[in-house]
Formats: sequence, structure tokens, C-alpha cells
Amino acid sequence: MDKIRFATVWLSGCVGCHMSFLDLDEWLVELADRVDLVYSQAIADAKEYPENVDICLVEGAIGTEEDVHLIKQVRQRTKNLIALGSCAINSNFTGMRNVYDSPEAVLNTSYKELVDLNPRLPYDTSGDLPKLLDRAIGLSDAVDVDLTIPGCPPSADRIKAAIEPLLEGKESVK
Amino acid sequence: MSVKTLTINGELISARAGDTILQAAKDNGIYIPTLCHLEGLSDIGACRMCMVEVEGINKLLSACVTEVAEGMVVATNTEKLKEYRRMNMELIFAEGNHTCAVCVANSNCELQDTAVAVGMEHTRFSYRFPDRGVDLSHPQFGIDRNRCILCTRCVRVCDEIEGAHVWDIANRGEEAEIVSGLNQPWGEVDACTACGKCVNACPTGAISYKGSSVAVMQRDRGRIPFLAAAREKQQWTR
Repeated sequence: MDKIRFATVWLSGCVGCHMSFLDLDEWLVELADRVDLVYSQAIADAKEYPENVDICLVEGAIGTEEDVHLIKQVRQRTKNLIALGSCAINSNFTGMRNVYDSPEAVLNTSYKELVDLNPRLPYDTSGDLPKLLDRAIGLSDAVDVDLTIPGCPPSADRIKAAIEPLLEGKESVK
Repeated sequence: MSVKTLTINGELISARAGDTILQAAKDNGIYIPTLCHLEGLSDIGACRMCMVEVEGINKLLSACVTEVAEGMVVATNTEKLKEYRRMNMELIFAEGNHTCAVCVANSNCELQDTAVAVGMEHTRFSYRFPDRGVDLSHPQFGIDRNRCILCTRCVRVCDEIEGAHVWDIANRGEEAEIVSGLNQPWGEVDACTACGKCVNACPTGAISYKGSSVAVMQRDRGRIPFLAAAREKQQWTR
């Protein structure tokens, strides 16, 4: 049997869920035997999200135009799209900026109004930084999600309990 | 004392006349999820978590405000009820800003515990992200209205147990909110005795001790029921 094509994606989040995933410790060795890690901004170096991915853990909310682009690609090319952690599920603290009317108001508050030393907006001379959306949203507000793993971050045990059945080709416990 | 006999989930039980379905279920070890109910306070059926099905009545009834009756047949845990309860919980979460990760009440929270109990792990509704404001004008306590679920336990405990009636609900519909005094900053309300009963009554992280950090605030959940029992039944010790 071909190895399971496995990916992790990091959208607008703190990478804490990935840290929790890495807390799986020695089980990661077992996992590595059973899957091909085909994409992961946090762990592996691959520029383009590949086709035919079996399982993808997505951390973080959809907060930028780049996130929208990537999550649509992920949905199109992935069998099991799993929302990993509260930001991916309901935008969690990434969405705390949503009480402001616009991204500009958020940036002004964070980088100017509440700053004592050197208040100024961050430089973006390249113009390459992705634009912030008006609101940071959970994955299910943009695409269909197959499974959710709640928690901030979800414990390593919970992540294992969710993905282990999928590796065996079974349905995960909902 | 007159006794009523009824059936809950197929189990034949007897209850005191005048008891609510919730009380009768509790006395018989049957769990019904609640949020706005607090032992020792009056019941108002605000949160809709305790909805049950009663045979012969084609709408759902809240167990906390429905009295038992002879021959009543009650179901507390049907598939329909489970689905509605989860949906209700999802709506409560979508309505406010319940970001557990940065909340003083995280892991000491009735809202969080009840969400787990009804099996909610995500919401099917888009969040509203209201900006309802925070009031930290009181020297000892604070209220973050974004975390309020409008259960009115603070309103009732302050009125019925403390007798100060500092809290009320202002406005209607999505704009409804808890206000102190005559819609003044809490710190300016003369009627407040700083007794802290509202802090102990609040099921979420909305009303908290000032200076509490994330996930560290503990409440004395037994204090309000104890005060009520002391007053009504002269039970002076806990």
C-alpha cells in the first residue's frame, strides 16, 4: 500500500498547535514510518501545496488574503481536512481583532496607540505582505471541514486520538 | 405533603407537589444541563438548556420552571433534545466573545463545562464579534460584557439574597446587556456593598475578581446555595 500523504498547514495562528503536535514525541517516529510528509510550512520545506493529499492538519484562522488562497487550494487537493485547534475552528484569539471595524484600526491600535516607544506602523517596502481581511474567520466559514480537534492548543493525546484511526483507514471518532 | 408520581426517561419517580421537573430529576440522579439555574435563586428559564419533552405537549418545556404533575411523562435526553441543546449552546457561543484561551474562568467555567457536556466541539454559526465593553471601575471586581450570556444570575443574587439590586438588564434583543445602578459605571453605584455574590454566581468569566489572570480564577460555587439554605432552612454550617 502506498504511504499516506500527510500535510500540515499554518494559517493565522501562533504555531502552538504545531508545538502540541510535536509533543507526540516518539509516536512521531511511528507516524513518519506510515506517512509521507508532503507539505508543512512549520516542519518541512515545500513551496507549493501538492495534489492528492490524504490528511491535512490546518492550524490557525483565515486572517489574510494569502490564507484564503491557501485554504481553497488545500480543500481542493485534500481528502481529510482537519481543523486543528480553536483558531481554525472559530478564529479564537486571532478573531479578537474582529471587534474593530477595520484592519487599519487594529494595526493603529497595536503599533501606535498602545505603544510607548517608537510608535509606527511596520514597514512593508516590498508590498508583498498579504493583506489582512476585515475579519479573521474559522475554516468552516470558508470551506468544508471534515473533522475538528478543539483545544488551545489541543493536547498531543487528543491529536493522536483524532488522526490514528484515519491512518488505519477508519473513520475518526467524532 | 402531597406527592406526585411521574415518569422521567421511563423511570417511575415520585416528587413533592410544587417541585419543578429539574428538582425532581436532580433528586433522582437524572442530569439535565443548566446555565441560568442556581440553587437558592428563583428560576426564570432564560438559557433554554434544560428543555425537556413532555408527552401530550407538542412544544419543549424548560424543566426549571415547569412543575411536576401526576402522571406526567418526561424525556430529558432524546436525540431531538440533544441536537437542540447543542445548537442552543453554539448560538450562545456565536453571540458573544467567548475566547476561552484568554479568559480568567478558563477551566473553571460552567459555560465551558456545559458545552463539553452537550458535546459541542465547534459551532455551525458564524460568530458576531460584538463590542460590548468592559467595566473595571469597581475597586475589587470587573465585568466583561463580551463574556456575558445574560443568564441574570447576578441580577437575581443581588436582588434576592443581598437585597441591593445593583444589576439589571438594559435594552432589547441583540443589544440587551447587564447594567449596574442606573446604567452607571459599577464603581459609582452607591447601592453596591462589594459583597462579591455576583462574582460567585456568574457562570462564565464575565464578572471576575480584579487582577485575575487567564485560567486562574476560582469561585466559591457553594456559597450562594449555602446562604439561601441558611436563610430558609436555618442551616448555619456548610
